[in-house]
Amino acid sequence: MTAAFEQLREVAEHAWGSLTRGDTPVITVGTATCGRSAGALDTLDVLRGELAGREIECRFVEVGCLGPCYAEPLVTVSLPGAPTVCFASVNIRAARKIAAYVAGEDLPEELAFATIGPESVPGIPELMDTPVMKGQVRRVLRNCGIVDPGDIHHSLARGSYSGLQRALELDTEARIGELERSGLRGRGGAGFPVWRKWQFCIDAPGDTKYIVCNADEGDPGAFMNRSLLEGDPHAMLEGMIIAGLTIGASEGFIYCRAEYPLALERLAVAIGQAEDVGFLGPDALGPGRPFRIKVKEGAGAFVCGEETALIASIEGHRGMPRPRPPFPAVSGLWGRPTVINNVETLASVALIFQHGADWYAEYGTEKSKGTKTFALVGHVARPGLVEVPLGTTLRELIFDIGGGVSSGHRFKAVQTGGPSGGCLPEEKLDIPVDYESLQEAGTIMGSGGVVVMDERTCMVDFARFFLDFAADESCGKCGPCRLGTRQLLRILEDITQGAGTESDLELLEGLCHNVIEGSLCGLGQTAPNPVLTTLRYFRDEYVAHVESRTCPALACRDFIAFEIDDENCTGCAACAALCPVDGISGEKKQLHAINAAVCIKCGVCSDTCTFGAVATVDAHP
Amino acid sequence: MTTTNLDPVLSAFERRPESLIPLLQAVQENLGYLPPDAMGTVARHARVPRSRVFGVASFYSQFRFNPVGRQRVAVCRGTACHVGGAKFILEQLERTLGILEGETTGDMEYSLETVACIGCCGLAPCITVNDEVSAKLTPMKVRKQFKKARK
Repeated sequence: MTAAFEQLREVAEHAWGSLTRGDTPVITVGTATCGRSAGALDTLDVLRGELAGREIECRFVEVGCLGPCYAEPLVTVSLPGAPTVCFASVNIRAARKIAAYVAGEDLPEELAFATIGPESVPGIPELMDTPVMKGQVRRVLRNCGIVDPGDIHHSLARGSYSGLQRALELDTEARIGELERSGLRGRGGAGFPVWRKWQFCIDAPGDTKYIVCNADEGDPGAFMNRSLLEGDPHAMLEGMIIAGLTIGASEGFIYCRAEYPLALERLAVAIGQAEDVGFLGPDALGPGRPFRIKVKEGAGAFVCGEETALIASIEGHRGMPRPRPPFPAVSGLWGRPTVINNVETLASVALIFQHGADWYAEYGTEKSKGTKTFALVGHVARPGLVEVPLGTTLRELIFDIGGGVSSGHRFKAVQTGGPSGGCLPEEKLDIPVDYESLQEAGTIMGSGGVVVMDERTCMVDFARFFLDFAADESCGKCGPCRLGTRQLLRILEDITQGAGTESDLELLEGLCHNVIEGSLCGLGQTAPNPVLTTLRYFRDEYVAHVESRTCPALACRDFIAFEIDDENCTGCAACAALCPVDGISGEKKQLHAINAAVCIKCGVCSDTCTFGAVATVDAHP
Repeated sequence: MTTTNLDPVLSAFERRPESLIPLLQAVQENLGYLPPDAMGTVARHARVPRSRVFGVASFYSQFRFNPVGRQRVAVCRGTACHVGGAKFILEQLERTLGILEGETTGDMEYSLETVACIGCCGLAPCITVNDEVSAKLTPMKVRKQFKKARK
């Protein structure tokens, strides 16, 4: 480790120490996109205002997301000499109570979610002992929600860039060896061994090479990369510099979606700070060995997550894929050898060089090493961003960490891998989450989206949703994808609208295989997966739609109606007040009725009724 | 819009084909949409044919060819939002604002669009209004939020 780095580390540790062991109260507020949408900026304003009003000097730090989105906004308070306490769901009223606590009043225990660190408070669990955190191993996400993403010193003090220092001392062979021993596979979806991809690029002839970070997190229902870039951008930058160093690149590009304005903002700040301290710039990789990173903003095209389409987009073209080979590692950006790695992959690279390959491979299965982040969403009690060792079962992920299905309904299916993945039923919940097991079950690991569905979700409609997405996002270059996804969508629309026939199921299956075999890139090759897996595991639902014209989940609007039963209705009018189309009428304390002519079948009335008086019924009994 | 208006916007970018997408983004940021003559100006600056500018602009969903309302309402169509009932949110907005997806109100106040996942899946369903996120919505919440604004 160089003297300059040691010096920088000292400064960073001092800055971090003054925050964690100082004599001024420190308040952190999670202001990532998820926190903001739950009102974190209002919470922050109230805390600032209240404490300024009481003339109490505090340090406010805006941090990223700790993970439990359901408990946003999250606030932590560290008073000198007291344990750090994390508060959940801090609305404006709660913020006032917390301000009072900072001012010297008793700890509002009812708002406390957990304590953080070794000191505890009786009755309040430590963060890693809370049900949502217990099964997790937070490595990639270790700084998210803890450090200020706008201050490189925080990340430095917690170990960032020590991996880069180590990598600088090794030669190329040793670096690749380290990566190979770690067993790291690409976290973007396909799971290709990272060391091999890098080796291809090293072996490719040419002096100019590029490293590209794929931050075009296009899978709907996934936000792992967003969270990491908003909460700890240096985690990825360090890995990217190591990659540049190893493959011999002096320039790197981050391709990030325009839909993530805050991630782009924080990334720009982080790059600026890395330049200021010399991790990027003319001598980044040693005297006279430059490395620079540029950010390219995506413009809204899912297909640009595909490597060759992404390259076309950076070059200023329509984001259309081209046949491989040649693979980008041989001929990529402007025809030069290019490595493209996903955000989480690069963050994992940094960890491997910080702690060593053996440490990294401690967790995981034989073929899938390390930990993986997942966006756990849908009908789950505790949605959020989680990180678990590979090999954890879906059941542990959904029920132990996620708290099971929300709102008391029964579990029906889980979808992994986004539009390229598939839906698994309850009997598949005990399979371990690793690349091979998921593939065997018909789905894929993907980038980490895990969508939980309860019994109210129609699986035919769910497949239709993904095909709608795929047909919309197909770039149009090859026929099988452009025409095939559209035809699949039409058939699924027919089925969900009551115009399907029994022969449609066979047609669907055949067409799925044609699209898979004929398509040019991953988008078309995987777009039929949601259809094939739902046909495989939930075929009876398809059959019900085409044979008896019923939707077993009572979800497809053309098959259902809502009715109020006279025995249970108390005439409380709660449903009438919430009906978005004013379609429920009745006198107070009298039986209410639904006007079928205006009813949009949104189900708000049945969700609202506490007396169980609104029933969803089959429209064609 | 005349060429001179765009010069300060364009001059920040290198006059190369790979500047095309950032150029279009900067112009749209400035004008709110991409009028035909602005695309001609971009073509000259990036040294590419106009046809390529239109080809690229029409490929990416971010680019618009018509003016948008002062308040851009976008309904997230991500998976978690879909499972959480996003279609009812979109339909409610269509009813309340009196426009369909892709349209703008006559007074140029509101535009209604859908957006690929904004990554706020833990708090679905959600919408953005000029990039500010509203989360955990119901049709009624949406109706209340916008009914006031429409009166």
